[in-house]
Amino acid sequence: MHIVVPMKQTVDLVEELELNDDGTDVEREYLKFISNEWDEQALEEALLIKEASPGTTVTVVGLDEVDVDQTLFAALAKGADRAIKLGGDFEEGISSHQRASILAQVIEGLSADLILIGVQSPEDLDGQTGVLLAGTLDLPHVSVAIGVEPHEGGVKVSQEFGAGVVHEIAVDGPAVIGVQAARQAPRYVAISRIRQAMQAGGLEEQEAPEAAAAGSGLTIRRLFAPEAASQAEMLGGDADDVAARLAQIIADRGLVKA
Amino acid sequence: MGNDILVLVEHHAGAVHDSAAELLGKARELAAATGGEALAVLLHDGSAASLASGLPADRVLSVEHEAFAHFLPEAYVLAMAGLMADRDPRLTLVANTTVGMDLAGSLSARTSAPLAAYCIGLEVEGDVVVATNQVFGGKLHAEVEMPGGIASVVAGAFPPAEGAGGATVESVGAPDGLGNLRMRFLARVEPETSDVDITAQDILISVGRGIGGDENIELAEDLAGALGGVVSASRPVADAGWLPKTRQVGKSGRKVKPKLYIACGISGAPEHLEGMRDADLIIAINTDENAPIFDVAHFGTTEDLFDVVPALTEALEAAASAA
Repeated sequence: MHIVVPMKQTVDLVEELELNDDGTDVEREYLKFISNEWDEQALEEALLIKEASPGTTVTVVGLDEVDVDQTLFAALAKGADRAIKLGGDFEEGISSHQRASILAQVIEGLSADLILIGVQSPEDLDGQTGVLLAGTLDLPHVSVAIGVEPHEGGVKVSQEFGAGVVHEIAVDGPAVIGVQAARQAPRYVAISRIRQAMQAGGLEEQEAPEAAAAGSGLTIRRLFAPEAASQAEMLGGDADDVAARLAQIIADRGLVKA
Repeated sequence: MGNDILVLVEHHAGAVHDSAAELLGKARELAAATGGEALAVLLHDGSAASLASGLPADRVLSVEHEAFAHFLPEAYVLAMAGLMADRDPRLTLVANTTVGMDLAGSLSARTSAPLAAYCIGLEVEGDVVVATNQVFGGKLHAEVEMPGGIASVVAGAFPPAEGAGGATVESVGAPDGLGNLRMRFLARVEPETSDVDITAQDILISVGRGIGGDENIELAEDLAGALGGVVSASRPVADAGWLPKTRQVGKSGRKVKPKLYIACGISGAPEHLEGMRDADLIIAINTDENAPIFDVAHFGTTEDLFDVVPALTEALEAAASAA
């Protein structure tokens, strides 16, 4: 089985998000970018399948976004067989529709049996890339997966619903699965192993194909910070002061243990 | 493009999902502005046909086929893409649930209809639809315009429709292709019930990514012990296996409404807030002063949880022994 895992670099949400001059995007130039955490879950699930099913190969694909080399080499260090970097000008960010269009063209040439991708990213204003990709390629898809295992020539997907209910669905490949969480937490890889992978090279570079001209169909008027309906009363002082205030607040509400 | 507003009605195990009334309420408001109808789409295998009569819509499009016995993404996409082509609605609304997340993008790619995801606001302004959407984990909102298209709507964005159903029910033929699906439903697995039920607790000490590792869960356990509460968690903690999935609060976990919810190291992603924002008293401990959790908390502190939590445990224990 050949599994392809598209990986995206996304804004680190811990950062303070400032808007660009016309207020239609975040100011990307000074932001820190990290590997989309859901794509890391998809990679882990792919590696788990590879370990359990001899003959499985895993290919990761990423657009040439800030620090993508780190993400792709880390994937190789963790056990991915191939890493492909798609060259192009993506500094301004691209829509999910454009990303899906580029990935669809690349994946068509990769003879994938299965595409595992993070179910979402923090920048999915025009939808999640995985399902857009599936729709573009007319492939079956299942989103919000918390387990993907080989099953009767295809895969069995555990699809998560609210309140802990799970549906199990058998899917014939090739298919696109949007991974919410791998069956285990993404494995850790030491920086030294990532450096080794970098020294060994092995990043395949090719130019990204042109995205379909249609784009997302959305026109962004503005981005803005939401005004909270209410705001917490912030408690000052050191930890002991805060703890004393909180203990009093809890006591005043009659919530202390009888 | 027509003027109708199409709404996919989500239902599971014989019950209509809460999202349906919220989406249909908005659909009727928008349809009044466009001069169209609010059309509810009910895909079912016959056993859920009776749900149609209770839907607050102008018209219910009832599509019956055995492939709709459970949610199968491919079957739903075929049906919805077919209805969008036939009815040419101005807008198609789905809930931002597992079902909606699975369908919306696929439908957008297949029908070339634009998609506004994580939608929390929708208005018609002349020829354009203006949608407001959560982006960057809810830290920002994006106001976009589109000629029409699809919106996947966040839970609680719109008030539920009032009034009973009584809509005209129109039977619509099932689409071609349902006999050749590339997926099969195997089983519905109910959640484990052997662990404590966090929805039944008065006091929850909830830990997020900021707790750092499973070796630190003890700090929260100690505080829970001092308060007579139980430890719960946000998604990353459950995914990492630091606490069982039964303790997860949020969209894909449990919705809780305790008397006291202490959020420790939880940033407050929209999916988490959806599960706990109705708690009577919310206290948030997080070093990031911009964390969205402070927007729903009543009291907050940016002091380090590793200092505040033990200090609070100690203060409560001291007060208890003095009493």
